[in-house]
Amino acid sequence: MAELGRAALVVSLGLSVYALVAGAIGARQNRRRLADSARNALFCSFGATLVASAVLASALVRHDFSFVYVAQHTDRSLSTPYALSAFWGGQEGSLLLWLLVLTGYGTLAVFVNRRLLRDLTAWVVPVLGGIGTFFAFMLVAVSSPFNTQTAPLDGAGLVASLQNPYMVAHPPMLYLGYVGLSIPFAFAAGALLSGKTDERWIVATRRWTLVAWTFLGFGQLLGAHWAYVEVGWGGYYAWDPVENAALMPWLAATAFLHSVMIQERKGMLKVWNMVLVALAFELSVLGTFLTRSGVVNSIHSFAKSSIGGWFLAFVVISTLFSVTLILWRLPLLKARTKLESALSREATFLYNNLLLVALCLTILWGVLFPIVTQLVKGETRTIGRPYYDFFLRAFGLPLLLLMGIGPLIAWRKTSVRALVRTLAWPIAVTVVCGIALAFAGAGSSKPGIIAYSFSAFVLATIVLELVRGTRATGSLFQLVSRNRRRYGGYVVHAAIVLLAIGIAGSSAYGANVERRLTLGQSATVDGYTLTNRGVTQRTTPRATETRAVLAVRGDWKGTIETGSNQFFNPPEPAQEVAIKTNWWRAEDLYVIADELHPKTNVVYVQVLVKPLVNLIWIAGIVFLIGSGIALWPDAREQRRLVTRLAPARA
Amino acid sequence: MTAIALIVGAALAVGAVVLVALPFLRDPAPVDDRLDAPGAAEERRLALVEERDRALAALKELEFDHRTGKIADDDYGELVGPLRQEAARTLRALDEERRAGPSAHEPKVRQVAVPAVEGEAVADEELVGDGETDVADRQVVDEPPIGPLEEGRDVQRRGVAEAK
Repeated sequence: MAELGRAALVVSLGLSVYALVAGAIGARQNRRRLADSARNALFCSFGATLVASAVLASALVRHDFSFVYVAQHTDRSLSTPYALSAFWGGQEGSLLLWLLVLTGYGTLAVFVNRRLLRDLTAWVVPVLGGIGTFFAFMLVAVSSPFNTQTAPLDGAGLVASLQNPYMVAHPPMLYLGYVGLSIPFAFAAGALLSGKTDERWIVATRRWTLVAWTFLGFGQLLGAHWAYVEVGWGGYYAWDPVENAALMPWLAATAFLHSVMIQERKGMLKVWNMVLVALAFELSVLGTFLTRSGVVNSIHSFAKSSIGGWFLAFVVISTLFSVTLILWRLPLLKARTKLESALSREATFLYNNLLLVALCLTILWGVLFPIVTQLVKGETRTIGRPYYDFFLRAFGLPLLLLMGIGPLIAWRKTSVRALVRTLAWPIAVTVVCGIALAFAGAGSSKPGIIAYSFSAFVLATIVLELVRGTRATGSLFQLVSRNRRRYGGYVVHAAIVLLAIGIAGSSAYGANVERRLTLGQSATVDGYTLTNRGVTQRTTPRATETRAVLAVRGDWKGTIETGSNQFFNPPEPAQEVAIKTNWWRAEDLYVIADELHPKTNVVYVQVLVKPLVNLIWIAGIVFLIGSGIALWPDAREQRRLVTRLAPARA
Repeated sequence: MTAIALIVGAALAVGAVVLVALPFLRDPAPVDDRLDAPGAAEERRLALVEERDRALAALKELEFDHRTGKIADDDYGELVGPLRQEAARTLRALDEERRAGPSAHEPKVRQVAVPAVEGEAVADEELVGDGETDVADRQVVDEPPIGPLEEGRDVQRRGVAEAK
């Protein structure tokens, strides 16, 4: 079957090259049949990639170790879901997933718009074909998942930390996000290439951007939860380069989703929007490069390989392509109007954009710093957590505040008097919350109490917006259903507030104690007393499991087991932490055990109390609900678009 | 297994070639092989539609912001006039375009059926609210350009502009 996979990839490569070349000629020379033919090639490349993916998935499920990839990333003991998750557990499978999602998204986006935006999609096809050509080439010539060998009796197994339900979902989510950003990029590039820089490319890609952004955001939260429960260091986000690689395009896409509203309403920021779309796409490719190249030290060491040079070349070429296109079409991207007032909704969107992009570029500098120092000084210097935390506070807290102010300011301009009147209630709520929190002891962390107070401010403005809007329209349902994008956005804002509260609570107000405990010895941390009841060890078919048994008294009572596993295949250790959620106190008791001695029953424990950390995961659900509201199809919208674009052609 | 794989692979390649060649096979000698890109008149119409939608959306936003207290009466009065004029201008221009018809500007090359189910998201769903000016073009053209919008609002609120 490997031959079929290889053949399908070669076909996919050929079709992508055809979509690129024939599509570009067809669009350039205004040849309808050639453009249609290139479009069909794009559709067929999806079909061919689907066949190749089915071959690999089938080999994984059947434990066909004649496939080198299957033997390297699975073994017979893996259940079917984990065996399937090895599809993206290695480099070759991940590249195939990239190509599958790219051609799938591309086919759907071009198919949906093939008639209404025929002239635009004629240029979108070669752009998507170009991206597809790169990934198909990588799979055919550089890193094939279909290399074969004489089948060994068993495979090397899947990395232990990847054998987690979150890791089944997290990578595909991220890929759906990363690759999804190719669609707005392709439409933006198509608009620039065709010289049709009106709003149609934005109309065509608004939902695609939102879908990609949702997957990327939710995928990161899944990854954070995986790190929290599986990696076992007590946190959920370590500013690891590969984690940052997913955050950066999400920040750029967030900026785009806001600034594009200004273009729709005022015809402004056309160049800026093009830059943001290109930036989001380039950062998504850079993210794959960072994940796959091993050029930076990361906990994602399972992903190291030698394909970095190819990706770097692709990033450089596609960046040059984007910059050249934007510079070439600058005359077409002139703004129609000017910013009327610094106190207006569009101005707050602009401030929000500047902060988001500043945060994004600051993180990018932190990620690239080790590479730059290696190139310049010959030694690798890394930037640590304090750098990122500083800029997160410096840019994140004003962003949080703007999230509350923005919705209360009118488009075009607002007088100071009207603004003060509108902000009176939210400010009052903020002050009361701030004072109450200070009395409750939250003043021990200034960033923490500021984050809490700003969060209260944003929540107050959301409630105020809903109340006033409902009064104006007469019904909350009508208000939301007739303006899903805005109110879906407010729900997403509420999710970000929950996230901010969760991050502030768990990082600024938590407890962290390390102790060496002999048998019967106790440690008390923030209302919990943990007593060592001994160290156990048992052997299962997959691992030797060593656990410290700890009796807990205080705000939560019971017994917990924490320790480590030494897996046999592949032979590697894995931390197994104990997490107990105390819903009454809205916090987690998180216990890590190290240096466990079964003979002496001595253990070193690290006990963390993490207040409000679960709000971060709840934020993920609220985020999905908000995105779902904003994305929900509206038949009236579709009728309007047809009405707008069709009359002169029908 | 290898034979099956080769047969499936060959079938895949042949199917792809046929699909890619389909536009040429189906229409070997077309009367016109150009892409139906919007001509100058159509682009002018699209630009006007964008301006109209933008002006109407701005009016709706302004009304909503005024109603929810985000914008003061004097600011509202200052902003609403130019926006109404802009909306009326684009509606008039669109009306003139429509009266002239596409044939007045350029020859119609081909006709393309446009099923409504394939419509994508529009630029601004907020335009379509209860009591708002709808963008169904014929309806707008047949009625006084911005009458329904103003009348509806006048009855409800007696805004500053109306008072002036």
